[in-house]
Amino acid sequence: MTEKPKSFQEIILRLQSYWAGQGCAMLQPYDMEVGAGTFHPATTLRALGDKAWAAAYVQPSRRPTDGRYGENPNRLQHYYQYQVIIKPSPPDLQDLYLGSLAAIGIDASVHDVRFVEDDWESPTLGAWGLGWEVWCDGMEVSQFTYFQQVGGHDCHPVSGELTYGLERLAMYVLGVDHVMDMPFNDPKSPIPLTYGDVFRQTEEEYSRHNFDLASTDQLFRHFEDAEAECARILAAPEDDPRSGKRIIAAHPAYDQCIKASHLFNLLDARGVISVTERQAYIGRVRALAKACADAFVRTEAGGYSA
Amino acid sequence: MPDLLIELFSEEIPARMQARAAADLKRLVTDGLVEAGLTYAAAAGFSTPRRLALSIEGLSGASQPVREERRGPKADAPDKAIEGFLRSTGLTRDQLETRADKKGEVLFAVIERPGRPAAEIVAEVLARTIREFPWPKSMRWGAGSLRWVRPLHSILCILSDEGGAETVPLEIDGIVAGDVTRGHRFMAPEPFSVVDFDDYEAKLKSAFVILRPDERADHIWHDATNQAFAAGLEVVEDPGLLTEVAGLVEWPVVLSGAIGQDFLDLPPEVLRTSMKEHQKFFSVRNPKTGRIERFVTVANIETRDQGATILAGNGKVLAARLSDAKFFWENDLRIVAEGGLAAMAAGLANVTFHNKLGSQADRITRITALAGDIAPLVGADAGEARKAAEICKADLQSEMVGEFPDLQGLMGRYYAKAEGLDDAIAEACEAHYRPLGPTDTVPDAPVSIAVALADKIDTLAGFWAIDEKPTGSKDPFALRRAALGIIRLILTNDLRLSLDRFIDAQLLRHKIELNREEANDDDIDTLEEILAEIGKYGVFGSAFRAVVDARKGKNGKVVDDIGKRVPDVSDDLLSFFHDRLKVHLRDHGVRHDVIDACLAMPGSDDLTLLVKRATALSEFLGTEDGENLLQGFKRANNILTQAEEADGVEYSFGADVKFAEEAEEKALFAALARASEQLAPAMEAEDFGKAMSVMADLRAPIDAFFEAVQVNAENSVLRRNRLNMLSQIRGICAGVADLTRIEG
Repeated sequence: MTEKPKSFQEIILRLQSYWAGQGCAMLQPYDMEVGAGTFHPATTLRALGDKAWAAAYVQPSRRPTDGRYGENPNRLQHYYQYQVIIKPSPPDLQDLYLGSLAAIGIDASVHDVRFVEDDWESPTLGAWGLGWEVWCDGMEVSQFTYFQQVGGHDCHPVSGELTYGLERLAMYVLGVDHVMDMPFNDPKSPIPLTYGDVFRQTEEEYSRHNFDLASTDQLFRHFEDAEAECARILAAPEDDPRSGKRIIAAHPAYDQCIKASHLFNLLDARGVISVTERQAYIGRVRALAKACADAFVRTEAGGYSA
Repeated sequence: MPDLLIELFSEEIPARMQARAAADLKRLVTDGLVEAGLTYAAAAGFSTPRRLALSIEGLSGASQPVREERRGPKADAPDKAIEGFLRSTGLTRDQLETRADKKGEVLFAVIERPGRPAAEIVAEVLARTIREFPWPKSMRWGAGSLRWVRPLHSILCILSDEGGAETVPLEIDGIVAGDVTRGHRFMAPEPFSVVDFDDYEAKLKSAFVILRPDERADHIWHDATNQAFAAGLEVVEDPGLLTEVAGLVEWPVVLSGAIGQDFLDLPPEVLRTSMKEHQKFFSVRNPKTGRIERFVTVANIETRDQGATILAGNGKVLAARLSDAKFFWENDLRIVAEGGLAAMAAGLANVTFHNKLGSQADRITRITALAGDIAPLVGADAGEARKAAEICKADLQSEMVGEFPDLQGLMGRYYAKAEGLDDAIAEACEAHYRPLGPTDTVPDAPVSIAVALADKIDTLAGFWAIDEKPTGSKDPFALRRAALGIIRLILTNDLRLSLDRFIDAQLLRHKIELNREEANDDDIDTLEEILAEIGKYGVFGSAFRAVVDARKGKNGKVVDDIGKRVPDVSDDLLSFFHDRLKVHLRDHGVRHDVIDACLAMPGSDDLTLLVKRATALSEFLGTEDGENLLQGFKRANNILTQAEEADGVEYSFGADVKFAEEAEEKALFAALARASEQLAPAMEAEDFGKAMSVMADLRAPIDAFFEAVQVNAENSVLRRNRLNMLSQIRGICAGVADLTRIEG
């Protein structure tokens, strides 16, 4: 029986070493503001095409509307997701997943672990898949999805995606009731730090920013800019005159899609997007995601061969 | 006769799809087997979260051989014809027989299909069933192309008889069928083989899997009620939840726990909804107080700590959820304490109801006006009805309803009580949504009725005003349900009101809003004056003419347009009500043609009157007298219509008894005089039963008249007199209903 982890970071470290042991490439977080780990190009773009792929990473994620000034025990505008993506999905993915729970101290023989229907859909990414939310003693601890479509393209082969909401999972494993009280490092460290020590102030600052300070005029402008830039990048001819190579800049274009998506989230948090406009904005981001997916499948990593 | 056992073992199947899938598996496989020439004695399908199973008893071991003869072309037919015949039969030239026929030598094909062993047929049918399985949603996985609800891991397919079990050879996308399955994911994960269905079910049970969904449900309910009973409590029944939970577990273990003291004061509906929606918990109620005090959760595993860890974890999640609910509840109550439901409703101005029909606040303003108009006719105080309408949707802005939309209305009732509003108003907050379906209870309190009618009429008038009516199976705004709701509110409460007036008023309110931008102030004044006058004149048309005549020359195009359109739209909406009424009454045994016959009569927008008339007529037509009177009427009407067409005149006046020759003719004169004398007061009193019995009295004299008297007599005076008398029959009947609409 594995010993129980003592801190938030130990749970992350154990997941890292577990999935490394399963042969996943340990990637690092994507260096842009995203709403969820799925937005990392290692998931969104790599789920496309027929090349085998296996990666895992922590992704800091931002949901501006969820900001609660650090006061709510479970809600944060900035939080961490742990993301695993394997293509093609291996036949024992459920068992591998259960192995990861064991690695962080969840013993399936005394807990009630259940796979409860929850189909996943991302209207902004033009993506959907079937799977479950995984319950442990009535609490949702992960999302488990078999990708069927991304950016409007059928996934073939299918990727299996696992997403762990790290704070919630860790609070459960560590038996903590308020996220800010959770030990970030080992409580016996010379300088013990809680999650609150690290993030309480930033939650306050960003909550204020997201709800009141962010300049909506500028956000609207930046959204338009990102949208235009994405199209401009994708419109470039495939043959690069400088290097003489065929280079489709799918990733740089996709960066602009990520930007547009985050700007939309901020505008939503500022409450300046009406219900009807909302659909239109989501449609615009989806159009970018689709264009990027179309571009990526024409690249080598996307399975293109001349 | 072998038995067949099939199990399709997969990753977790959504609970809501399991029962249907087990039935589909049974249907598709048995249909396929029968079609291929096999017979069977019995079949049953089963499901758990991880498997679909099918047991078929007494399957024939092989299909019967089939011999078929087909006649082909003549032996000396052109090559092309013979080749075609060979192609269609799959034979070669030397396999054909040549037989003598009257016309010469003819080719015959004798095709013999030998019987096929069951295993071969089962393999074919099962492979096809799996590939074409009608899942509501299916998926691919890995690098394969097979679709299933979730990844399919193994197929068990065996035929067994006294001699033992035989695996049916079958492979689909790399999955080879065998005789092996697995037990519970955690408690007995090792594979094992089985020899027949009894063995399968027994071994599953010892591997902690209960195969039968109803057995799992019974087990859950038994343990849950026992545990509650032991604590002097009772489990709140919820058959839907029971079925769902039985589909989430293979080995149900019932655990119950207490709800924290802090949460016991939340409304019981809030506790129930939160526990059910988020966690699939059953609620356990104290029968003495009606309070929800404990919960029941169903785990899928037995643990060495008897579920202590699981229960503690579930309790913790519940506490977090209920903290949210309590937070919402207290926040909502604070807002109500500070500014009442009116303050809560303020935000509805920013909530769009429909992009052409404005905000929720606009909608409430219209409903409030209409509820005030309706109130006196349903015995409600107009002020109370308006007050109720103003706040009846305020709870849509509450945090609780934001989290649990199902609690709309109910929370309004709680918050209205918290504000100290009248019980009648509080009740209307909840009841005005009703009836929600054909079996939902219908409000009977006057204020609730007024607001419920106003709400639904406003919705219908609005979508008619913007021409977004239901078409075919598309009814995204549930307008049919709203119309049926109005019908049931009126009929159940025996309300006497003229729908036209309220439809017209609300259509006009919508038109004013829709045109407020475009129209000038004068136009709006005119329209509002018309609106104020509708009550006096009863319908839009007369009010419109009165007001427009009085304001001659001052009206713009908008007023003209509205004047032209509203009556048509209003007629169309009323006929929509009539269509829904026909559907409703059909379910109560009243034929549509009977309703049509009554619709032609005045006051058909008074649904209670309409239904009284239709019911009486329907009953009358069901009697022998009624049936014969109808025939008599039709005969009279036909003769009269033909004569009128031939002669180009209308026979409607001046029948005189002095021209009556025959006794039967005289008797009919007397009967008709008596009938019209009695009918008038009966109709006046809306005593349709009496009216029908008056009509019934006419039956014998009419029958006797047709028996004895020739209407189209040689003598033109007699003929005209008789035709004029037939016209009296037509006239009397037309005073009750338009019998020409009755079929048969």
